[in-house]
Amino acid sequence: MNPHHDSHRMHVFRKYLFSIDHKVIGIQYGLTSLFFLLFGFSLMMLMRWQLAFPGTAIPFIGKFFGESRAPGGIMLPEFYNELGAMHGTIMVFLGVVPLGVGCFGNLLVPLQIGAPDMAFPKLNMASYWVFFLGGLTMLFSFILPGGAASSGWTSYPPLADIATIGQTVWLIGMVFLITSSLLGSINFITTVLQLRTEGLTFMRLPFFVWSQLVTAFLLLLAFPPLEAAGILQLMDRLAHTSFFLPSGLMISGEPLKGSGGGSVLLWQHLFWFLAHPEVYVILLPAMGIVAEIIANNIRKPLWGYTSMVYSVLFIGFMSFIVWAHHMFLTGMGTAMSSFFQATTMIISIPSVVILSCLFISLWGGSIRLNTAMLFALAFLPMFGMGGLTGLPLGLSVSDIHLHDTYYVIGHFHYVVAPGVIFALFAGIYHWFPKFTGRQMNEFLGKLHFWPSLLLMNAIFFPMLIQGLAGVSRRLYDGGLQYAHAQGVLSLNKVSSYSAWALAVAQLPFIFNFVFSIFKGKKVTSDNPWEATTLEWQTPTPPGHGNFETTPTVYRGPYEYSVPGASRDFTPQNEP
Amino acid sequence: MRFLKQFLPIVASAHGYEVDRVIYLIHILMFLLFIGWSVYFVVVLFKFRRKRNPKANYKGVHSHVSTVVEMGIVLFEAVILLGFSIPFWVKNVVALPRGGDVFEVRVNAEQFAWNIHYSGPDGIFGKTDWKFFDKQSNPMGLSPDDPAGIDDVTTINQLHLPVGKTALIYLTSRDVMHSFSLPVMRVKQDVIPGMRIPVWFTPIRKGSWEIACAQLCGLGHYRMRGFLTVHSLEEFKAWLLEQSASSGKDEKHDDFWN
Repeated sequence: MNPHHDSHRMHVFRKYLFSIDHKVIGIQYGLTSLFFLLFGFSLMMLMRWQLAFPGTAIPFIGKFFGESRAPGGIMLPEFYNELGAMHGTIMVFLGVVPLGVGCFGNLLVPLQIGAPDMAFPKLNMASYWVFFLGGLTMLFSFILPGGAASSGWTSYPPLADIATIGQTVWLIGMVFLITSSLLGSINFITTVLQLRTEGLTFMRLPFFVWSQLVTAFLLLLAFPPLEAAGILQLMDRLAHTSFFLPSGLMISGEPLKGSGGGSVLLWQHLFWFLAHPEVYVILLPAMGIVAEIIANNIRKPLWGYTSMVYSVLFIGFMSFIVWAHHMFLTGMGTAMSSFFQATTMIISIPSVVILSCLFISLWGGSIRLNTAMLFALAFLPMFGMGGLTGLPLGLSVSDIHLHDTYYVIGHFHYVVAPGVIFALFAGIYHWFPKFTGRQMNEFLGKLHFWPSLLLMNAIFFPMLIQGLAGVSRRLYDGGLQYAHAQGVLSLNKVSSYSAWALAVAQLPFIFNFVFSIFKGKKVTSDNPWEATTLEWQTPTPPGHGNFETTPTVYRGPYEYSVPGASRDFTPQNEP
Repeated sequence: MRFLKQFLPIVASAHGYEVDRVIYLIHILMFLLFIGWSVYFVVVLFKFRRKRNPKANYKGVHSHVSTVVEMGIVLFEAVILLGFSIPFWVKNVVALPRGGDVFEVRVNAEQFAWNIHYSGPDGIFGKTDWKFFDKQSNPMGLSPDDPAGIDDVTTINQLHLPVGKTALIYLTSRDVMHSFSLPVMRVKQDVIPGMRIPVWFTPIRKGSWEIACAQLCGLGHYRMRGFLTVHSLEEFKAWLLEQSASSGKDEKHDDFWN
């Protein structure tokens, strides 16, 4: 049954570098995206200096950025914009998504459905290496004259059309990253549809697999329009076409050569047609992880599994028809604004349903509070904050005041940072033993969790207040010039100090992660958390080919504390 | 909602209260849900932690209270959407004001300034064309051959409006996207090259505030600040006449603020 049992004889390059084993590829994705998360976070820490202490030299490291970026250690606006655009790009496309989809999806989907590997192992390897190229391209763009892209992660033309060469390289990098996602998404869809083991019907799939399946469809259908848009923008920049440039543009008083006939809004529609589903690409794998960890640590089935599945399918569908709520202020009429407000209100409902199901699941449980569970539980109220603060932005009237302010920044960071990233941390603590055979230290884990939770809120809550005051986002001096920002200016310091402290709070994690790989406490069982899903019914770590005998599934994914059973968990493959 | 009000800027336009009302209403829903969930969450974590409840209950919750809560959310959102948000958009954004009480201004944004064009005492805008453009002396490109343009007033970064009269502002940009934001007026509108987008409001307070750029427009985005002054009608007329008389004669522009 296992065609790969001679894996130990494989060349080291084949085994660890150009591997076609989904677990090795998952780990490659994981390590790469953790690196980019840290890198993207560092960019933000620099920006936070300029926001808290505008126009003063960055201490210690300011002198290393050179005359073109920070003369005398003082950050220039060009450098600030570069950091801003690249922070967004890196966190979304090279950090959070590849960790949620590339890493956790790859590691867990084949195991949870009882498959020996992904459907197309070589495509899987190609997906990682194209992603890696995309990452290198983005890093490379920092050394170009004029620096990396600086027109925001949204790259709105005409600004992006006339930006320095960094924007060209950004577009090329995006083409790599999109291609990688497309290769991956086809693979996930085929794998889940075709390789489920005997007895694993759709309604017996772990919720995590559902979340990955829907995510894969979003990537497959939403990314091609952005790839097309990216290539059109590349043509505008390189071949002097004018897809996004209307007639009569003047830059600094000089007519812009070649502009004419294009539409600025065309880019925005194409961009947000991807970028709203992308929000759910970020979110759904995190929800899947949280559902798995909560079910395991409450020792009872999830409440409303069926509603959760239909909700996630509904979210996937709806996420394609809400995009223009990012564009309420582009001069749109009643028909469009009403439609997109209505769809936006509607899409909030399935998210509420999933969140409610997870909350209600806790009732009657026997809650085990390990580090993974703490992070998973914290996801609930933190994602709740993020989701709720999305409502005033989804109504066009309140959006008039809040659009493009710090309220928006606070809103989506609540979703992504203490929401999604906490879920990803939870996943790392939870599944670490399966892939290393060792456990991460619980004390260090809690030392990581509590300060992170506190500091995340201290960073992002002040932004909501600044947004209500009307402070615009993407201001190089954090609003120093504006009278209407003066009352909330000091909050910039609160956010900045908290952001730097958050970096310190990650040290226990980094140490714990590296230390535990080599010296962590060895697990004595293949199933240390006494879980029901199939990934725990494998050897530790699973060999190439995963299962020693092909499992057969007899029941749903979360049969914990079944009345009359001898133990408080009944694995899916137990007859 | 006094709690929330302290964080918002004052309201200086007639429709501003309606914007704030929606902000308040939706935040009430958010507060209720968040507080409700949090209380439940704390209770559950205390009541069902492993030490206190070593054996889980397979069935868990039987009741369908959550369905009622979800229906309540749907209803609340529907009321805000259909009762407030959509009617507001129809009445205050899409429908343009007409009649004698409307005062029209044109704004042409550029990196990193707001060029503002008034029709002057005759109420007719002079023709503009890029071939007459000069960054300092003729930022709007006013045609010297059009008699309607002789009394026109152009300013850089200085928007003056009379209180109580509806201001209808046509926004466009000559280079990149900007966003015309007047926080106290609860006005924000993307300024998009190739498009001419109207935005309108009625100032109800006299005072001096700021125009902020809310859309990243390049390295000077943070300092693309303009000034808004709302006068009484008499003061405003006097200001406009004075500007009109001096326009074209010298190149000094308005230094009202400095």
